[in-house]
Amino acid sequence: MSTEVNEIEELANREYKYGFVTEVETESAPKGLNEDIIRLISQKKEEPEWMLEWRLKAFNHWKKMTEPNWQNVNFPPIDYQDIVYYSAPKKKKALNSLDEVDPEILKTFEKLGIPLEEQKILSGVAVDAVFDSVSVATTFKEKLAEEGVIFCSMSDALKEHPELVKQYIGSVVPYTDNYFAALNSAVFTDGSFVFIPKGVRCPMELSTYFRINAANTGQFERTLIVAEEGSYVSYLEGCTAPQRDENQLHAAVVELISLDNAEIKYSTIQNWYAGDKDGIGGIYNFVTKRGLCKGINSKISWTQVETGSSITWKYPSCVLQGENSIGEFYSVAVTNNMQQADTGTKMIHLGKNTRSTIVSKGISAGRSNNSYRGLVKVNKKASGARNFSQCDSLLIGDQCGAHTFPYLEVNNPSAIVEHEATTSKIGADQIFYLNQRGLSTEDAVNMIVNGYCKEVFNVLPMEFAVEAQKLLSVSLEGSVG
Amino acid sequence: MTLNNELKNWYVTNFKMFEEGLNGESKSKFHLVRKDALSKFRELEFPTTKDEEWKYTNISPLLNYNFRQPVSIRLKPEQIEKYLFSTKDFITLVFVNGFYDESLSSVPKEIKGLTVKNLSAALKENSPICEKYLSRFAPYQSSIFTALSTAFVKEGTFVHVEKNAVIEKPIQLLYLTATGENIITNPRNLFVIENNAQVKIVEIHKSLEENVNFTNLVTEVVVEGNAIVEHVKLQDENLKSFHISRLEVDLKKSSNYASYNVSIGASIARSDINARFNDEGGECTLNGLYLAHENQLVDTHTLIDHAKPHCNSHELYKGVMDDKSRAVFNGKVMVRKDAQKTNAFQENKNILLSDDAVVDTKPQLEIFADDVKCSHGATIGQLSKEGLFYLRSRGFSEELARTTLIYAFASDVVHSISISEVRDKLEEMLAEKLLK
Repeated sequence: MSTEVNEIEELANREYKYGFVTEVETESAPKGLNEDIIRLISQKKEEPEWMLEWRLKAFNHWKKMTEPNWQNVNFPPIDYQDIVYYSAPKKKKALNSLDEVDPEILKTFEKLGIPLEEQKILSGVAVDAVFDSVSVATTFKEKLAEEGVIFCSMSDALKEHPELVKQYIGSVVPYTDNYFAALNSAVFTDGSFVFIPKGVRCPMELSTYFRINAANTGQFERTLIVAEEGSYVSYLEGCTAPQRDENQLHAAVVELISLDNAEIKYSTIQNWYAGDKDGIGGIYNFVTKRGLCKGINSKISWTQVETGSSITWKYPSCVLQGENSIGEFYSVAVTNNMQQADTGTKMIHLGKNTRSTIVSKGISAGRSNNSYRGLVKVNKKASGARNFSQCDSLLIGDQCGAHTFPYLEVNNPSAIVEHEATTSKIGADQIFYLNQRGLSTEDAVNMIVNGYCKEVFNVLPMEFAVEAQKLLSVSLEGSVG
Repeated sequence: MTLNNELKNWYVTNFKMFEEGLNGESKSKFHLVRKDALSKFRELEFPTTKDEEWKYTNISPLLNYNFRQPVSIRLKPEQIEKYLFSTKDFITLVFVNGFYDESLSSVPKEIKGLTVKNLSAALKENSPICEKYLSRFAPYQSSIFTALSTAFVKEGTFVHVEKNAVIEKPIQLLYLTATGENIITNPRNLFVIENNAQVKIVEIHKSLEENVNFTNLVTEVVVEGNAIVEHVKLQDENLKSFHISRLEVDLKKSSNYASYNVSIGASIARSDINARFNDEGGECTLNGLYLAHENQLVDTHTLIDHAKPHCNSHELYKGVMDDKSRAVFNGKVMVRKDAQKTNAFQENKNILLSDDAVVDTKPQLEIFADDVKCSHGATIGQLSKEGLFYLRSRGFSEELARTTLIYAFASDVVHSISISEVRDKLEEMLAEKLLK
């Protein structure tokens, strides 16, 4: 056993694979946050006047708010004046093809194992790569345009479809929503905008890779997805970030709107730098994600695999407003070393016969803490509402913690709400069984954990599912206790 | 805020009168604890819904009253008989308006290994056990209601079971509030059960009239090694009163404690139940049932603290909510570092019978050890259509089918009570309440 433990320790101590810095000339605003910076961002992005006003309103509101402190994570106070709020790879000129993209950036993507060309050819996935806040390459735009699908960066959307953005931005997550949403509303630099018109089934899975580069740049993404009546879209988001010693703040806002009979599937793989084994460095991932099932029979499904970040603090939520609307949340959250995660979901049942499913799998290893926090609220008028929640925790090692904080608030007698949670460890007998069949302990743990997460991986889009399994084994390497 | 301060001053002024009424007992050591609790009471604020622990329970109705110290009154045995679980075979202590009534009680002269008496008598005798344990487990430093209760500790029940003693007769405690408007009682129980001893204790809290009263109960239980304790509490106060209670259980090596908490009455009933495993091998069962109708609010907060390895806990709370009633359940299971081989199971099930009834439940697990089996479940729903159909097809009227199902759902909790008189009476009471 002791040799195993050594091996395990070795593996657990492995450096972050994707930790590198790409040297691209960047154009940055000075550190700090004030009205001038916001004006600068807005001006750089050539935004319409109303956008700037909205940003300033958000900023003024943010100044009145205080940072929340109820979460089950600890971190030193953030100095919001010590962050660069705008940094963009220096723009050369408008780009038409991949050849025009800075070769350095292309190399970065290759290192990450996501070469644009390959993806273009093999998987038919349109990739809108966001590299430090500015979108540098967009593919398959034409094909999407044929169907009337709009898939572009937020800054382009503001230029080309300002009326759509104006109609929907902030309608699900108003800038008054919470501290980080207000901050994001004031200073967001870019993100993705997706609009699926009536009756269109998006011909391909849309995906964006976010990267955080340039030291000390808080990344404030803003994503807005609107699915009109009867449409369908599957959106994928995946992240890796280079190794840094200072904590980087990431406060994104994602808004989804699903109208009558429309469906949005939003999948995330998050593998930002988690800090070293003593918890130095790493990303603060404080994200507000919320979907509104506005129309009847609409559906929003969140799937997330969270393996990175030193602190993950997010609750992708569904507001089930339309009758018969459906909300789903599938999550795997892995924490190792000193990582902290406080994640879960909120399902707000407003409409009749609304249904929601929550499946959350938490895995804690090392000295990490993993919390599930969820709210299921059934409003008085939501008769026939149905919820099923399951949140399981797996503990690997005796120094980690797993916590569940489910809130169930039911105001309607015809609602059926069920919540189940279990906590367990990987049994020595299970490992023994697999060892005996010739698998190393490492592989055995991987296999068991993958089996444990299967329910969630099954709902991931195919390419993501493969990536997720790989990620999981990397994150857990050698954490067998 | 000023209102709160006025109210606090009201109790502080009352404390002076209370002190004078102690007849020299105010010179005892314990009186220092009372004084300390009073100063803590002055420092603390009444909770609001902004406090996480009181998020769903708004106690502001309670703050509208200036509750007074009660006066003693005399009742006849036939007035209280029907509230007792048994009039014959039990050891019975009766408290009316917070005063011990010896004539109504029946405490045998001597039972080997058992000391059972009213608390003020125990305090008067300077019982060393009392001194050692009283107010050691209920933290008045952090809870304003416990601070209030501790400041006004005067009467209650003291039970001490010596080593190896097995007490066959159940001990029955009847706390009545009778005549007197807006009175507050602060009953305090201390049960100390030594190694290998066994005892069964039953509490009944009942108001005889329809006045607005406030019962602020604190119970501390010490269960030493291998001891076995069964503890039943029935709270059946009138629908205008307030009942706030705290139960602290301290479990030693391989001890076994089971609590059955039946809450039927009061306009706002809040129970805080905390059990802590202080050594290995303990076993703890917390079962409860709450029935509420009209505008009642029942709030139960439980915490099982697995501080040591190899302990098991089981928790089952069920609720039936009708009219505009509201139930809050917060069950927390804490498994500390190194508390390996812990088994902790928790369940909370609720049935809503009306459109205006509300349930807020929050089963919580906090786990810091890896070799554990923990689970919790919570359900909120209504009667199953299949069940109703089955009974209807067997000739039950709709009403009877419904009530039968509710009765079956609710009575489940009390089935495992081992004292047959108590179980029968509770089942009878439930049937009467539900099968009306």
